[in-house]
Amino acid sequence: MPKNEKPATSEGNDGSDVNNEEDSAAENQENGRGADKERKRAKPRTRRGHARGRARHGGEEDGDDEDGTRRAGQRRQRNRRGRGRAGGNEGSDSEGDPTKARKNQANQKSKEDDEQEEDEKGGKSGKGKNEKKQDKKADKKGKKEKANKKKKDKKKSGSGSDSDSEEEPITEEELAKLKEEVEEKKKLIATLRNKPWKMKKKLSVLKEAQLFVEKFEGALGKGKGKKFYAYKVMMTKKWMKFQRDFENFKTACIPWEMKIKEIESHFGSSVASYFIFLRWMYGINMILFGLTFGLVMVPEALMGKPYGSLPRKTVPRAEEATAMNFATLWDFSGFAQYSVLFYGYYNNQRTIGWLKFRMPLSYFLVGVGTIGYSFMIVIRTMARNANEEGGGDDTSFNFSWKMFTSWDYLIGNPETADNKFASITTSFKEAIVEEQESRKEENIHLTRFLRVLANFLALCTLAGSGYLIFFVVRRSQKFALEGLENYGWWERNEVNMVMSLLGMFCPTLFDVISSLENYHPRIALRWQLGRIFALFLGNLYTFIIALMDEINLKLEEEKIVKYNMTIWEASLYNGTIPENSTAPPIQVDPADVPRGPCWETMVGQEFVRLTVSDTMTTYITILIGDFLRAVFVRFFNYCWCWDLEYGFPSYSEFDISGNVLGLIFNQGMIWMGSFYAPCLPAINVFRLHTSMYLQCWAVMCCNVPQERVFKASRSNNFYMAMLLFILFLSTLPAVYTIVSIPPSFDCGPFSGKTRMFEVISETLEHDFPSWFGKVFGYASNPGLILPFILLMVLSIYYLNATSKSYKEANLELKKKLQSQAEENKRRNKQKAQKSNEQEENPFETEPPQSKQKGGKQDESAANQDNKKEQSGNEAKTTGQPQEASASSSQKPQHPGAALNGHYPPQGRGGNLLPPPIAVTRPPGPSGYAAPGYPPGHPRFPGVQPGMPRGPPHYR
Amino acid sequence: MQLKMRRGELDSAFERKLHGRYHEMAPNVVPMDYTKDPDVKLPMQLIINMPELKENPFKERIVESFSEDGEGSLSFNDFVDMFSVLSEMAPRELKAIYAFKIYDFNTDNFICKADLEKTLNKLTREELTAEEITLVCEKVIEEADMDGDGKLGFADFENMISKAPDFLSTFHIRI
Repeated sequence: MPKNEKPATSEGNDGSDVNNEEDSAAENQENGRGADKERKRAKPRTRRGHARGRARHGGEEDGDDEDGTRRAGQRRQRNRRGRGRAGGNEGSDSEGDPTKARKNQANQKSKEDDEQEEDEKGGKSGKGKNEKKQDKKADKKGKKEKANKKKKDKKKSGSGSDSDSEEEPITEEELAKLKEEVEEKKKLIATLRNKPWKMKKKLSVLKEAQLFVEKFEGALGKGKGKKFYAYKVMMTKKWMKFQRDFENFKTACIPWEMKIKEIESHFGSSVASYFIFLRWMYGINMILFGLTFGLVMVPEALMGKPYGSLPRKTVPRAEEATAMNFATLWDFSGFAQYSVLFYGYYNNQRTIGWLKFRMPLSYFLVGVGTIGYSFMIVIRTMARNANEEGGGDDTSFNFSWKMFTSWDYLIGNPETADNKFASITTSFKEAIVEEQESRKEENIHLTRFLRVLANFLALCTLAGSGYLIFFVVRRSQKFALEGLENYGWWERNEVNMVMSLLGMFCPTLFDVISSLENYHPRIALRWQLGRIFALFLGNLYTFIIALMDEINLKLEEEKIVKYNMTIWEASLYNGTIPENSTAPPIQVDPADVPRGPCWETMVGQEFVRLTVSDTMTTYITILIGDFLRAVFVRFFNYCWCWDLEYGFPSYSEFDISGNVLGLIFNQGMIWMGSFYAPCLPAINVFRLHTSMYLQCWAVMCCNVPQERVFKASRSNNFYMAMLLFILFLSTLPAVYTIVSIPPSFDCGPFSGKTRMFEVISETLEHDFPSWFGKVFGYASNPGLILPFILLMVLSIYYLNATSKSYKEANLELKKKLQSQAEENKRRNKQKAQKSNEQEENPFETEPPQSKQKGGKQDESAANQDNKKEQSGNEAKTTGQPQEASASSSQKPQHPGAALNGHYPPQGRGGNLLPPPIAVTRPPGPSGYAAPGYPPGHPRFPGVQPGMPRGPPHYR
Repeated sequence: MQLKMRRGELDSAFERKLHGRYHEMAPNVVPMDYTKDPDVKLPMQLIINMPELKENPFKERIVESFSEDGEGSLSFNDFVDMFSVLSEMAPRELKAIYAFKIYDFNTDNFICKADLEKTLNKLTREELTAEEITLVCEKVIEEADMDGDGKLGFADFENMISKAPDFLSTFHIRI
């Protein structure tokens, strides 16, 4: 094998050449580095999957290089003379063995023969193959370069000796070839890192390649614009770092992300989903708070009439004594009631302050906008989540990926490592639960029966509790009519007590019932949520009924007050100057003016109180039910007669359903009440903020993970759907009160109007030109509105239909992909078996030292090779053309490679090849051979598959 | 990182950094000057105590698969090799090759069930029950074994890992 000696000799040559070109060496290193950096830049992009961006990038690079080489060519002509001598030297070096060139040519020919042989032989040559495969690229390249170089040297030397003074014309062809060689070497330098060799070998190959590039690139005159290049590279690096930092910064900006991650790693994604939902709610409430605070409360506080200027802005005389009591803090009476926090404080002045801020209009629009915004955001989030869910993830390698890619090698912090261990364990457990659920074989009839039974029981419970609530409410209304004074404590608090008792026991009952059903825990959670939701609706219903009754009472009271008011005013005037309208109005302290009951403020107060008491209850439950219980279990376990930790009380689990529903219903209260109490969003933001910390702490310190940690659904759409429903429900009473109940006559921004929404028409009348009002009038004509609504309905229908069909198509495609993958797997298995059988065929010569396994592996590798040859074009699109070409033009193994090839020592030559199902592999970021090129880049124009190929054309 | 290991120059920043780290671990053994390419090896114990590796459950395997003798002692060349493979810029294929070596505990060039069990135990700190472990290992083989030999060859592994979304971002050490 003469080829083996070649590298050594050429290395020697290069070594001798290099010493006198030290400075150009530096240049070349720079270039090599440049190429390296280029790869670096390409890499992260590929990782993000921006295939397009990468492609463009690659294209640019090509263009640049082309320019460079063209310039280089021109420059070369200029430099010719100066370089002539050096070239001559080199020439003389290689002239020493002119046979080599010839030999090289011969080699190339024989190589082609070899290749064909090899195709037939496939990978049967056994062990040595792997080394070959790894080395062949470099070796082949080296050899070819050598061949070319030799030729060139010869030519150069010839021309140099012939006529030193004469401008030696180098043909375009040669120049192109040389360029190609240099490029190839450069590529080798760039991709050297991809080779799984030991450092020593890499070094020697690298040195060789660098020397080559040094020598000839100098000749080509490349390297112009190096500084700019270096600058570019540096900037790229900086930019990358900046991007990374920015990513980190962005993550750091997401509130509570670390807390939630920590909880997720210990308690699983289902518990984390609650906290994510909580955080999302917090965001929504922040915006609601911003709206009400910025557009209603602050303008009123700054520009409205000050406290005490009007009766509605003053604490009445009767309440003055208790207005500063401590109780004000939680029942929001006294001074709190007569402040910007509540509806009643606002004046009905059309514009306030020097800005002429339209306070009543602003109040109305903010109230409507709050609800509109909430609808919009909930629906948008749902749609986005649905999209995500529709995409689905590829679960074909679920466990394998968990096994091999879940540990993050970047972790260097013991605490993070602990969390990571926990999270990996949790995720494995989740996956195991999924797997077990899917494997579970069950008696379908029994399960069905049990499920029907469970639903029946749950329905009975719900109906029973519904009737109980209805009954109790009716009774309490009766009591209220007859006067509560005649009844005892129980009768007065019957509704509340019944509600809390139901809320306490029914969820437990549902829990027991759901254990009958034997659902997957995630589905079970949904059922549980749905049932408790239905139960809580009763809660809401009673609350609203009670409120409506109260409103009606207040309205009655208002009528009486109005009547009394006229009497009072009359008496006031009568007492002093009767029948004189021109007399100055009598000054009465606003605190003394009699006033109506102002039902709006009452409603607002009611909601605020409810929210506050709800918050308190939650916190106290957490403290007692979780913390004290945990403390008790933990410390009394030492002196107790049974095991507390694993026995009866044990630690509590995190109650996802209860917490989620609490959050949702609380939000419903906010939506209902925020029109009458602008402070409500602020209170809720505070509540969510504190409960985030408190609950995070409580979960981490007093709860234990569920017995079966299950994976939450990827979207929170079930929570969202409930939230939407509650939003809808809570909009109804709010809209009803706004539209059909007349506002109080002496408090609030709409006092004096018969309906609240009249503020709109008033604004239209006063603040807009008359034509606008006309246009608005026409636009609100039913003749226009009805067609518009019809159009909307039609478009909704159309969009719905199209989306459905897309979804179906998607599903179909997914199914197809899956079946194809399975098919491939099956085929591969068959192939492997077949090759196994072939192996046992006595006619096949098998290297004696290869083991059974190794042989088989090689067999499959051979198959891969053949396949690649058949589908050379396909291989191009899979992003590993170099590999393919390398394997096709491979020479018989030479012993030198065995010394150098470190990996893998045993017969696993096929390993470096892409997997047999290369065709199904996405044309994504898998191309490593030439990272600058997009996967589909036709780098082998016109090369027939299976034909001997020359050196790959990179331009 | 630059692969231009010209002894004595140590010109790339990455390499200089690595040399610094290497030197730091055993200042009296590792010379500052690498011009003469001295034959120095550091034992595994020193290397797995680097903060970058300390928390890694596979630290021993990492060091072993990069050491030339397979025993876990690393020469500076091996050391550079290790961090270049684990660097951000190393390509997926290269990473896959070494990842395979790392997870192949018994170095038989196949990831068999025993290897999987070891991996899993290291990943979860042995918190899963035996039943769960068998289930997971079976699932992994079922998913990734393409040629049906009941264990994962490199081709299987590479095929599986090439589709993994976060292999590149997790199989990566910043130094």
